[in-house]
Amino acid sequence: MSSITSRVFWGKYGMLTIGLVIVGVMSIAALLSPFISPFDPDALNLDMILQPPSLSHIMGTDALGRDVFSRLLHGARISLWVGFVAVGIAISIGLVLGLIAGYFRGWVDETIMRLVDIMLCFPSFFLILSVIAFLEPSLVNIMIVIGLTSWMGVARLVRAETLSLRERDFIAASRLAGASATRIITLHILPNALAPVLVSATLGVAGAILTESALSFLGLGVQPPTASWGNMLLDGKQVLEIAPWLSIFPGCAILITVLGYNLLGESLRDLLDPRLKQ
Amino acid sequence: MEHAPSSGITTAGILQRILLRVLKKLGMTAFILFGITVISFWVIHLAPGSPTDLQTTLNPQVGAATRARLERLYGLDQPLHVQYYNWVKRLAQFDFGKSMSGDHRPVWDKIKERMPLTIGMNVAALILTLLFAIPIGIGAAYYQGQWFDKASTVFVFIGFAMPGFWLALLLMLYFGIYLQWLPISGLTSLDYNSLSVWGKIGDVAQHLAIPIFIYTFGSLAGMSRFMRSSMLEVLRQDFILTAKAKGLPLRTVIYKHALRNALLPVITLLGLSIPGLIGGSVIIESIFALPGLGQLFYTSVLARDYPMIMGNLVLGAVLTLAGNMLADLCYGLADPRIRSTGGSA
Repeated sequence: MSSITSRVFWGKYGMLTIGLVIVGVMSIAALLSPFISPFDPDALNLDMILQPPSLSHIMGTDALGRDVFSRLLHGARISLWVGFVAVGIAISIGLVLGLIAGYFRGWVDETIMRLVDIMLCFPSFFLILSVIAFLEPSLVNIMIVIGLTSWMGVARLVRAETLSLRERDFIAASRLAGASATRIITLHILPNALAPVLVSATLGVAGAILTESALSFLGLGVQPPTASWGNMLLDGKQVLEIAPWLSIFPGCAILITVLGYNLLGESLRDLLDPRLKQ
Repeated sequence: MEHAPSSGITTAGILQRILLRVLKKLGMTAFILFGITVISFWVIHLAPGSPTDLQTTLNPQVGAATRARLERLYGLDQPLHVQYYNWVKRLAQFDFGKSMSGDHRPVWDKIKERMPLTIGMNVAALILTLLFAIPIGIGAAYYQGQWFDKASTVFVFIGFAMPGFWLALLLMLYFGIYLQWLPISGLTSLDYNSLSVWGKIGDVAQHLAIPIFIYTFGSLAGMSRFMRSSMLEVLRQDFILTAKAKGLPLRTVIYKHALRNALLPVITLLGLSIPGLIGGSVIIESIFALPGLGQLFYTSVLARDYPMIMGNLVLGAVLTLAGNMLADLCYGLADPRIRSTGGSA
């Protein structure tokens, strides 16, 4: 009996469970990184450069003798930070513009949606690169620029949701009761439009983590000595032939984390909107 | 539309509608292009620092006067809207201006010589993607819930999460360093000029094998997933049931009735994937030291070469818009419903 229930459970919630576990473990590792890192992530140890993985340095050391595992844990913080702040910015812009466009329609809607069209046709990685290079690469700039170039999907989702919600009877009722547009939007429409936004936010975190690591890998992201998974891979590339472990572990960390957020997002979508499930 | 059969049936009517549709699309495209150039121009010029910095701050003998002269030479002393107006005026004559750094050659010449490599690699990767994604998508939809579907789902999730540049490092490590089968950087070998024609082709192919594989892998996940859901959508329709009920062999139902309809949405996705491909070329080309557009863009960003950056952004936007428009037209041609009703939303 238990084998049947567990099969049903895994069939239905398997993806969600794996996603939650990955995201949970990574978040805990990131939050606790100052306490659980075996070494100082920035401490140089020139007697121990490019050591392969061993019992004391389980992921080896880099070209400056720094412990890769400790740097990986601190890199998790950066990724989490970038993911959450960038997505926070994107969601805020997308929500506001989507609600306004969907509720007021007419020329406001027209203007906002044309802006969305323009931004969607942007080779956005080009724009992100130029802005970052001009503004001096830094954590804050990366978060802002990623946020500013990834709100369009949310805006479209929220607009579509708002367009259908505003025709419902309960909205008409509150309008008749004399509620202001602001009140209707924030109190009645927003809470009902949040479900798809949650899904898109979860998937957005994965996208932001990937973009940050790509920027850092190009040297235009998080600047050394601060560890980020992208710039650790950049360091690893220089010594790929003699110290491959420097290139393997940070990449695994990116892959697993992004996988976790994607699994979580996709299963949330299935749970929140069974119509989309195939 | 159902109540207006007047001009819809005649050939002239259909042609008129197609023409209207194309015109509307063209107008929209021009508007988006205008928006993209305005935004990029403003963002790039308002950012602190200027291309003259690199040429002057490194040289202690350059004073404020020289700097001002350089800025005047490039027109950087004028108000921004004047600069934009001048830039557009020259662009209308297909003049992207001259590069501000290094060799000062015309922007378009530099772009032109790098275009074939980047576009060639991406087109090759797109063809490969379609060749693999379509069968995988069909299989996954047909065997929905069975092992093939599950395996392809796992593959899709890994494909979505895999950073392209990390895959590049892994493949360099395995095929380039461990097995020593493939070169890991550049477009040609040192002895390229002494090779025969076929030797040259083989040499370039060896250098491009890993990069093209990475591009393909990057778009394969999304494309096969999309193909799967599109196929599932079609397989649920009544006409498939009819075809099965008629006793047609399954092969015919899948490949003749379902596939044609399921392919339509994939055309749209192709158009939409272009900005991602352009962005990806920056990373892949810089890892493998390939002299393509991505690398050109990366170096011009570092040198703050305004005309080069704008040229690349415009080109990227034009390619994207052209891709979208082409996809839209193909869609219209392939789907009679869109052709006869004068277009979707």
